[in-house]
Amino acid sequence: MFWPLEGILVVDFSQFLAGPYAALRLQDMGARVIKVENPDGGDLCRHHYLSQTRIGTDSTLFHAINRGKQSVTLDLKSAAGLAAARKLVAKADVVIQNFRPSVIDRLGLGYDAVRAINPDVIYGSISGYGTQGDWADTPGQDLLAQARSGVMWLSGNHGAGPVPIGLPLADISTGANLATGILGALLRHARSGQGAHVETSLLESLTDMQFELLTTYLNNGHCLPQRLEQGSAHRYLGAPYGVFDTKEGQLALAMSRLDLLGQALELPEIAAYADAPDASFSARDKIHALIAQRLQKQTAAALETALGRAGLWCAKVLSWDDMLAHGSFQALDMLRTIETQIATAPQPVQFVRAPFRIDGARPQIDSAGPALNADGAEILAEFDAD
Amino acid sequence: MPETASNLPLRGLRVLDFAQFLAGPVAALRLSDLGAEVIKIERPQGGDLCRSMVVNDQRLEGDSLVFHTFNRGKKSVAADLKQPADLEKIRALVATADVMIHNFRPGVMERIGLGYDTVRDLNPRIVYGAVSGYGTTGPWRDKPGQDLLVQSLSGIAWLSGNANDGPVPTGFAMLDVATAGNLVQGILACLVRRGISGKGGLVEVDLLSSAIDVTFEQFTCFLNDNEQQPRRHETGNANPYQPAPYGLYQASDGWFAFAMTPLAKVAELLGSAEIGAFPQAQAFSHLNEIKRIVAAICATKPVQHWLDILEPAGIWCAPVLDWPGFVKTDGFAALDPVQTIRTPSGAAARTTRCPIRLDGQALHNSAPAPLLGADTAAVFDSLQTARA
Repeated sequence: MFWPLEGILVVDFSQFLAGPYAALRLQDMGARVIKVENPDGGDLCRHHYLSQTRIGTDSTLFHAINRGKQSVTLDLKSAAGLAAARKLVAKADVVIQNFRPSVIDRLGLGYDAVRAINPDVIYGSISGYGTQGDWADTPGQDLLAQARSGVMWLSGNHGAGPVPIGLPLADISTGANLATGILGALLRHARSGQGAHVETSLLESLTDMQFELLTTYLNNGHCLPQRLEQGSAHRYLGAPYGVFDTKEGQLALAMSRLDLLGQALELPEIAAYADAPDASFSARDKIHALIAQRLQKQTAAALETALGRAGLWCAKVLSWDDMLAHGSFQALDMLRTIETQIATAPQPVQFVRAPFRIDGARPQIDSAGPALNADGAEILAEFDAD
Repeated sequence: MPETASNLPLRGLRVLDFAQFLAGPVAALRLSDLGAEVIKIERPQGGDLCRSMVVNDQRLEGDSLVFHTFNRGKKSVAADLKQPADLEKIRALVATADVMIHNFRPGVMERIGLGYDTVRDLNPRIVYGAVSGYGTTGPWRDKPGQDLLVQSLSGIAWLSGNANDGPVPTGFAMLDVATAGNLVQGILACLVRRGISGKGGLVEVDLLSSAIDVTFEQFTCFLNDNEQQPRRHETGNANPYQPAPYGLYQASDGWFAFAMTPLAKVAELLGSAEIGAFPQAQAFSHLNEIKRIVAAICATKPVQHWLDILEPAGIWCAPVLDWPGFVKTDGFAALDPVQTIRTPSGAAARTTRCPIRLDGQALHNSAPAPLLGADTAAVFDSLQTARA
C-alpha cells in the first residue's frame, strides 16, 4: 500500500486537540509528523486527564491524539531553540500551529518568517475566533466556542436550558477543516509549486457544522423555531424525528411517512395527519405526544424489528457497550490494541483507527504517542540542529 | 465557480456527484469551494430527493432552500442510469472526470454498472468516493444510513444532557457533516498521490466510523477504563469525562459556560470556602457535589457579574448565546462567515461559506444550486465536441 502522503514532512507546534487532530489525520495518510513541544512538560494534553485513565504518566487521550508521531522538545524562547525550530521548518512540507494570533509572530515563527526560509511551505493556523474582532484574544476552547455559537440551543427539549454537545465537536471539526485546507494546498503545490497559508477557527467550524439550520434561520427573518416538548432532535424537521422512551430502552425515529407509521403503530390518529398539508411540521408536538404514548407499550427491540420490517427508519438507542458487542461495529475493524513500553511494564492500550479506508485499507496503528522528546536527539542530528 | 477561482487548489478538476441528501453532496460542495467543477448527476424525475425536502416552508426558485445550502455552485445533468443510452453518456462523462462521489447503499452502483472496478477500467486516474451508513459488510449494511439513527446506535446520544435525562441526540446532522469532511480529506490525499503515481484510488467512509471518530477522545478513555459507560454530570453536563467545574451554570439572567479551572482558583474567585475544602484530586470523584455548590453561588447574580470576575483572572468562561445573540456579535462579524447566493431570476438567499481561509482570503461562491438538468445539454455536447 502506497499511502497518499508518504514522504511528506509535517512539523507540528500545536497542542491540545484541534491542531494535533489535523496532524493525526495527515499522519494516518502516510505523512511523518514531528511534534515540537516545550521542554517544561510538553503538550499540556499529556497531563490533561479525563477520568482516571492514563498510560504511564501521560493521559490516555494524549496518546489517542498523538499516536504514531515523533517528539522533540525545543524552548522557542531561547535563541538555540528558535534556531533549531527554524532548521526544522526550513525542510517541512507542512507547518501547523495553534498559538493565539500574534503570539507566533512574536516567537519569530509566523507565516511570513517561515516563508522567508521556506518559500513554498504550507502553513496551517488554527485560532478560536479568527484574527480580528473582540474575541480574537479570548481562549479558543471547545465549550466556550459552543457557548458563543448558538449550538447549545439546538439539542434537548423545549423548556430545557442550553444543552452543550457532550463531545469536543468544535475541536474535531476544526482539525478536519484544517486538514482539508492543507490537503487542498498540497495538491496545488504539486501542480504549481506554490505554498499557502491555510487558516480556520473553532467558530468558523461550528458555523459550518450548523450550516443547514443556520441557512434556514438567516433566510426566514431570523425566526427561531422552538425545540419540541418531547423527543426533540432537529429544530426544523417535521414529525416523526426524535428519540422516545419505550417499555424498555429508547427508540430513535427518523423521517417517515405518517400513513405508514400510523399503520405500523396501529394509530389511525397519526395516519390522519398524513392527508393534512404541512401537518407533520405544524402538528409536530401532537404527533410526537401520540408516538411517545404508544411506544410505552412495547420494548425498543421489538419496535425496531416491527417498524424496520415496515420500512420505517428507526434504531434502538445503544450505549457504547451495546455498540461494541454488535457485529456491524466489529465489521468496521476500527480498534487496535497496542502494547506500549511507556509504562514501567508493557501495557495493552486500545486505540481508535482513522474514519476512512483508502483502496480498501484502513490506516494501521503501529504505536502509541511518543514519550516527551523521545526522538529529540535523532531529529536534531538529522536536521543539523544539534 | 467561486469569485476567487483563478488560484484555487482544485481549479480545472471535474467532480461527478451522484449522491443525494447530505454527506455526499456536502463533500462535493467543499471540493467546489476549493475550485473544482462539480456536476450533479440526478434522476430526471425530481432529481436529488433533497430538492423537495422543504423544511420550515422555505424555497428558492422552486427547490428547497436546504437543497441550495448543500448544492450551491454546482451544475446539474439529468440522466436515468437504468436506461442504456443515458448510462452510455454517463460512462463517457466518467471517463473525463477526476473524482466521483456516490452514497448509494452497498451493491447498488455495482448493479448499475458503475462500481469501482468497472469505473477504474474506464478511467484509471479517477478518485472514487463512496459513502455508506455502516460500511460495506456487517449486519447493519442495509439499514438506512441516517444521521439520527447513527447517533443513536453509536452511543453519542448518551454524552449530551444530564445524568437523569434520557438519551439526548445532537439537534442537527453533525455526523453527515463530519462524514463529508472525512471523505474530502481522503479524496484530496488520493489526488496528491495521483500526482506522483498517476493512479486514482478508492476512498470509503461511513457514518458509523465518523461517529466513532468524533468521539475518539472519550471513546479511547472508555476502551481503556474497563469499558465503563461514562456518567453524565447531574447538572450542566458538557462532557461526562471532564472534572468540576466544567459545564454550564444558570445565572440570575441567563447561562454561562465554565471550562477547565483548578478548584482552588474557583474557590478564591467565587469566595467559597466550601469549594476550597475540596482537594483538586476530588474534582472528578466529587464533581456533582462541587458543581451543586458552584451552581448555587452563580444563580444569585447576572451573567455579566460573573464574567467580570472570571475573565480578568484569566478563567476560561463565556456567555451562552442563541443565534439572534450570536449573529449580532462583533466576533461573528469579524469572521465574515455569511455569503449571499443569487439565482438567475434574481432571488437571493443568505448562507454560510466554506470554513477555510486560504492565503488570507475567505472562499466565497455566490452561485446558487442548479435547476434540475440545467446543464445536461451543455455537458453532453462538450463531450461530443471533445471527441470529434
